[in-house]
Amino acid sequence: MRTQLTRFAAAGLAVAMLAACGSDDKKAASTTAAPTTAAAAPTTTAAATPTTAGGDTATTAGATEGSGGAAPAGDLKTGLTIAVIPKAINNAYFDAAFVGAQKACEELQATCEQVGPTEATGAAQTEFINTEIQKGVDAIVISAADADSVTPSLQQAKAAGIAVVTYDADVNDTSARLAMIKPTTPDLIATSQVKWISDAIGPEGGEIAILSAAATAENQNAWIDLMKKDLAANYPKLKLVDTVYGDDDAATSADKAAALLQAHPDLKGIISPTTVGVAATAKYISGSEYKGKVQVTGLGLPSEMKSYLKDGTVKTVGLWDPGMLGYLGIYAAVNAVSGNDLSAGFAADGKTYTPDADGIVIVGPPAEFTADNVDQYAF
Amino acid sequence: MRLLRHFQWDKFVPVLAAATLFIGSFQHEKFLTTGNMTFLIQSIGEILLIAFSMTFLIVAGEIDLSVSSIAALSSCALGYTWQHTGNIPVSVFVALLVGTICGAINGLLVTRLGLQSLAVTIGTLALYRGLCYVLLGDDRLKPFPTSFTSLNYKGLLGTWVPYVVVLLVVFGVAFGITLHSTRLGRWVFSIGQSKDAARFVGIPVRRVVLGLFVSNGFMAGLAGVVYTIRFASARPDGAVGMELEVIAAALFAGVSIFGGVGTLWAVTGAVFFFGAIRSLLRLNDFTANELTIVTGSMLLLSVMIPAIGGRINTYRASRAPTVAESAGVQIRPHTDPQPANP
Amino acid sequence: MTTVAPVATPPPARPASVLAGRATLLRRRELPVGIALLVVLVGTSISNHRFLSSQGRTDLMLAAAITGMVAIGETFVLLMRKVDLSVGSTLGLAAYAAGTAIKDGGDGQLLKAFVVGIAVGLCVGLFNGLLIALLDLPALVVTLGTLYVVAGIQAKIVGGERITADHLPADFISFGVDRFLGVPKLMWIVIAIGIVASLYLRHAHSGRDLYAVGSNPPAAALVGIPVRTRTIVAYLVSGGCAGAAGVLFVARLGGVDANAGGGYELAVIAACVVGGVNIFGGSGTVVGALLGAMLLRTIGFSLSALSIPEFWQQAVNGALLLVAISADRVVTIRRDRAERTRHR
Repeated sequence: MRTQLTRFAAAGLAVAMLAACGSDDKKAASTTAAPTTAAAAPTTTAAATPTTAGGDTATTAGATEGSGGAAPAGDLKTGLTIAVIPKAINNAYFDAAFVGAQKACEELQATCEQVGPTEATGAAQTEFINTEIQKGVDAIVISAADADSVTPSLQQAKAAGIAVVTYDADVNDTSARLAMIKPTTPDLIATSQVKWISDAIGPEGGEIAILSAAATAENQNAWIDLMKKDLAANYPKLKLVDTVYGDDDAATSADKAAALLQAHPDLKGIISPTTVGVAATAKYISGSEYKGKVQVTGLGLPSEMKSYLKDGTVKTVGLWDPGMLGYLGIYAAVNAVSGNDLSAGFAADGKTYTPDADGIVIVGPPAEFTADNVDQYAF
Repeated sequence: MRLLRHFQWDKFVPVLAAATLFIGSFQHEKFLTTGNMTFLIQSIGEILLIAFSMTFLIVAGEIDLSVSSIAALSSCALGYTWQHTGNIPVSVFVALLVGTICGAINGLLVTRLGLQSLAVTIGTLALYRGLCYVLLGDDRLKPFPTSFTSLNYKGLLGTWVPYVVVLLVVFGVAFGITLHSTRLGRWVFSIGQSKDAARFVGIPVRRVVLGLFVSNGFMAGLAGVVYTIRFASARPDGAVGMELEVIAAALFAGVSIFGGVGTLWAVTGAVFFFGAIRSLLRLNDFTANELTIVTGSMLLLSVMIPAIGGRINTYRASRAPTVAESAGVQIRPHTDPQPANP
Repeated sequence: MTTVAPVATPPPARPASVLAGRATLLRRRELPVGIALLVVLVGTSISNHRFLSSQGRTDLMLAAAITGMVAIGETFVLLMRKVDLSVGSTLGLAAYAAGTAIKDGGDGQLLKAFVVGIAVGLCVGLFNGLLIALLDLPALVVTLGTLYVVAGIQAKIVGGERITADHLPADFISFGVDRFLGVPKLMWIVIAIGIVASLYLRHAHSGRDLYAVGSNPPAAALVGIPVRTRTIVAYLVSGGCAGAAGVLFVARLGGVDANAGGGYELAVIAACVVGGVNIFGGSGTVVGALLGAMLLRTIGFSLSALSIPEFWQQAVNGALLLVAISADRVVTIRRDRAERTRHR
């Protein structure tokens, strides 16, 4: 009987404790984070390629709104709550994006918080989208872990009057969101990486392979298709022999890199359009007998790629400032909630951004990181 | 206090779930709304469907770790058939058929080859998931018709109740009655208590176990169909991790991993409880990392608390004077050695 | 869950004759695994000459080393008819702890890394062991709970941070890929620990107790074996091995993030099962577990080396795993049947 009493009491206590705690336990990241990526943001000037030598866009705190001539005149609402949902938490790239988002929220006097699952799957993300719908947030800024399976819940968010903006990775059903903040044109992302590997390998060319993220990742798949077209059209000496998937897991990516070299002894270069993949591949090559013989490039964070740029394993990698994605996502969302028509363009940070026919906003060209300039970047 | 004499953990778990809903409604004003309850039921729908048949398996002393992969494969089969026939009912039928076959393969490997279910289903977990990739790769399927996917958010007869409730009630009642009120159910318990004894008594152990795996495969396939409707997508990387959730719920509900003990209402309550707690915590801005810690802690507590209670019980019993002692006769208290548990 | 596993006949310490020794070798549980491994290695390298090149061998051994290290510890637990599902999360947490301890600290910290990593592993192992041994809780539940709790703690502490190669000491990074006599240093460590563990299980009284407990727990208790102590020690070993594997992980991959170590537990259990360790306890060896780890990794690599299309690889992997498990079981049944008829 004691046993049963203990069980009952303990379980009841547990439930009561769980219920009592957390009422004021706002885990919302408040809008006070210092903009660390400000000093390192690549410039958004026209021509893409030469290394943007530490170009400082003077991101003044408290950027003026509506300074561009074409910006809509509507006042922006303050005091909004916005949920930022990355593909998965515990990811430095998305954390950097969120820093940008927080900066925007501070400027716009909105509250934003980052919530997301631990695994980057559509099903897991949906749970969080539903929670935010329940909480009645004003807007959701989301990087879709799966281009299709989050659409139903985003449609429900839209039906509930929540403004939905996507960043970094889009959904296939463009009616589910008001705008998509794309870091740079997919074309530029693809052609830049092909150019980097071609430059690294040299004029004699050779076999190359791609080590991607998940086989179902919309953004990577789009870039891979464009890379294939670019290779066919412009690089007769380069031959793409294989595409493998590292699932954005470091150990899996390293194993796949090793396997690529087993299967293709004449491989000259590997393109990895994902930060986890390129770091793992570079690590593997730099510690193997292929260092210097097999080139590596892709989309990489300067902080992670620094040692491989310096030891010569990698000649060039590139990326963009993830912070701008979050920053513009928030601005687009707030504009939408305030009733402004996004297709007319919206202003942020002294510039005007106008979505194209599909609602896509391009931030600017990618930045290149080499051994010479990598130290200038803080992300 | 007399009420507590009849306390049983397995009857308590559904009460716990209800209590969570009740307390949660006060704790957060958005918790007990029809919208949130819809989300809640949808999020546990697949898990509960699988849990119904998995309970049978665990009570019989077996386990099936491949359920997520079976669900994913059924979902992919649905998508593939839809892609090639454009016929939804046929696609759903194929999905269920695929699930049943996968379950049958598991069952045959366990009953015919005498392999241990834990080892076998680790292997089929990888195999079935791999077949998803073989089937679909990174192909983009044509979108499902809205008549199909709108099942998810339309609700029954215009109310807020999601359609999956029908499935849950029908199958829940069917499995529940079978387990607790039929001869088949008693057989399952007997097999879990002792396979050899059950065989001697004349229970067709092999056939029953095979049947359990087949039905588990079917339910996993059904969960895959529900999943496809909910997310309007059929992808090889869908439906991951369900087996751990189902097993965690079953263990929390007091189903013994060695077989022979367990009730379906407790498992149902446990699934609801975990779903409700997660929903409540998410509304209170707990992060995904913290939710993981909470899930693990609850599992630990669910077995620690009864054990500690039992220890206190035994200690007190060993110290309390026996009738003989009170009468003045000297007797040393005797406690049996506890058998080691796997 | 109710069949009684046959008690393993430990091989005689000194064979009566060379012939008897060889006969015992042929009947060992590990033989099918060893043969399978040879077949895959030879077959694949015939088809692809690069497979067993020095780089290929290195890659293979590096991948197998980490799984193997954890498998050594898991064997201890499986022998006692218990299980430890928390090894993956423990590996991740230990990896992060070790990485943090030596980050930005310069060379010469190899020992420190191992001490920190193993200490973390021992803590988790102690936690598991105490709960399972002292409170008699089912191992599956406890280690599943610990899996979640440790994984959540690791993710919460690490967040979006990554420890990257440029913060780790250079000699640590090179330790992760260097070779000694053609075999990666990481692998030598695993082999060394494996030998120690194997000798302990075979020749030490307390080691052989583990087999007894796994074969028949109540009988073992009645005979006077301190089951509780042995259980706690087994979980300490399991946790410690997972911790050491975490250090190997950081060294090999040159970095850690919040998700490190996830999913290892199933691979490790599969390796043990394939290697002949009975999941219901009572028989199996560390050598078998290591061979199993080696075989599974080899299959994984050979699928790529044989240019099997990417999307087929996981399915083939799963099928081969089933074949390996079935083969092991069939061999065991045949052998037990033969022994029973022999003794009649």
